Amino acid sequence: MLLWSWSVLADPNTQWILIGCMLLGLMSGIIGSFAYLRKQSLVGDTLAHAALPGICIAFMLTGVKSLPLFFLGALVAGLLATFSISVITRYSRIKADAAMGIVLSVFFGIGIVLLTQIQHSSYGNQSGLDKFLFGQAASMIQSDVYTMIGVSAVIILACSFLFKEFKLLSFDPGFARGLGFPIGLLEQMLMFFTVIAVVVGIQAVGVVLVAALLITPAVSARYWTDRLGLMVSLSGIFGAISGVIGTLISTTTSNLPTGPLSVLAATTVFVFSVLFAPRRGVCAKVIRRIRTNRTIREEERSRMSERGTRLRKEASL
Amino acid sequence: MTDFWIIATGALVAISCGILGCFLVLRKMSLIGDAISHSVLPGIVIAFMISGSRDSLAMLLGASVVGLITVFLIQIFQQSGVQADASIGVVFTALFAVGVVLVSLNARQVDLDLDCVLFGEIAYVHWNTIDVLGIDYIPKAVWILGFTVAVIFVVIGLFYKQFKICAFDPAMALACGIPVALFHYLLMGLVSMTTVASFESVGAILVVGMLIVPAATAYLLTERLSVMIVYSVLIGITCAVLGYYSAAWLDASIAGMMVTVAGALFVLAFIFSPSHGMLARLIKQRKLAVLHSQVS
Repeated sequence: MLLWSWSVLADPNTQWILIGCMLLGLMSGIIGSFAYLRKQSLVGDTLAHAALPGICIAFMLTGVKSLPLFFLGALVAGLLATFSISVITRYSRIKADAAMGIVLSVFFGIGIVLLTQIQHSSYGNQSGLDKFLFGQAASMIQSDVYTMIGVSAVIILACSFLFKEFKLLSFDPGFARGLGFPIGLLEQMLMFFTVIAVVVGIQAVGVVLVAALLITPAVSARYWTDRLGLMVSLSGIFGAISGVIGTLISTTTSNLPTGPLSVLAATTVFVFSVLFAPRRGVCAKVIRRIRTNRTIREEERSRMSERGTRLRKEASL
Repeated sequence: MTDFWIIATGALVAISCGILGCFLVLRKMSLIGDAISHSVLPGIVIAFMISGSRDSLAMLLGASVVGLITVFLIQIFQQSGVQADASIGVVFTALFAVGVVLVSLNARQVDLDLDCVLFGEIAYVHWNTIDVLGIDYIPKAVWILGFTVAVIFVVIGLFYKQFKICAFDPAMALACGIPVALFHYLLMGLVSMTTVASFESVGAILVVGMLIVPAATAYLLTERLSVMIVYSVLIGITCAVLGYYSAAWLDASIAGMMVTVAGALFVLAFIFSPSHGMLARLIKQRKLAVLHSQVS
């Protein structure tokens, strides 16, 4: 078994994909835990859907498939999407969830219209653009992985240097503003990192499932700890593990896509956390309830026996 | 005739989504609609694998059950302390991933195109006709969607008052003795059914657009639930018609164009709505300012 998996890993192509998926899980886990604490888990989902028209326009304008250009397109579209959500919620009585649904579906609709335009017209080198919908980790090449190493290094460094600021922002933005931190700038920065994680993720796992890499590891990590530092690291580790497991399973079996398998691995970690986490997990809760019941019963018994002895004493008097 | 059947399909999707969307928007559950529309995928695939055909009644049933399971799981995680939107995200992505894996595992037997699931193939509905009661020229999608619309009419018509109270004030509904949980699951069951009935024609993601956008647009135009439902349906039908013709003009995806038109109509309502639009608000503020300066 070990020998067999080693032979699979010896393939340099697989190694690149493995590293790529691991880094992707790591950085989206880290960014996702801040998003989760700021109650913005589904923003990642919205950004992923909104990125589609941006990517299409970037392709239509330049006619080449290049990751940096797609970054730019997706970033502009993502900024426009978050801006629209905040305008809709601020200037009308529509609530945040409906605003998110509107922006998500309308942007995605526009994206599909553009995608069909690209497919019907003579853009030539358009094959592979539709791979963005479900992602194709197997198409990752060395240069993509180098980009991902750079991006994840930037995100990890920024998160460790600005850890205090991001922590304050996640728990008490009002207080942070009172202390004179540039809240707007920090929020934009987290948004920017989310967009980057999403765009990188779209390539590997696709538009629909990239949200899972942001949400699921963070929620799982929250089950294990109350400390932000630990939670962020755990979430990153969970994400990386999911990426690795997903890649391993998909390379060793035929025609199973990496993205959904990584998501399922993350979900397995989540279910495990729900069941077995200390204090918050289902098992811990059941055990605690049984213990409490037992102590209550014992107290009652001792009280009853006390009462019995007292009654007996009174009777003997 | 092709035009007519495509528009009819789109309009039927718009009617069923428009009615249910109002309740989703009012109960602040728009994203649950999103979650259901994604997570019915494994239900569709499993129903397809068991029944061995694209027999749509089995699919409707299987997917509705998975839709209800989705809602149930989301509620369980929410009650155990996970934030609402995070629990939605975890559940629907997991189920969607299961669906994609099932499709890839059975790629040979399952004649389901993932692109078709996501974007729909409304342009081909008229090719897939079915013989019902000796009438053989009506497309299958129209039969299924018509059935769905009929069920929605009956259920919402019978329990309109109950749904209304649950939408605006669930606590009061509970105090009145209305089984709020039952109506919640009934609504969710209808949403899953609509999603499945529409997914073949407009695709899983654009169903969300048809559910939320027309209803939200109607929400900006009126204060009455009954009027809101009528507006929402009318806006949805307009989207279907305009979407079809603009898609034919631009040679683009019909479903994508329908949602794009819906977005454009929403922007119009957002700016020009007489009661809740940005312009109306600005004018009101200006008037108030003038009045204020006159008084002082």
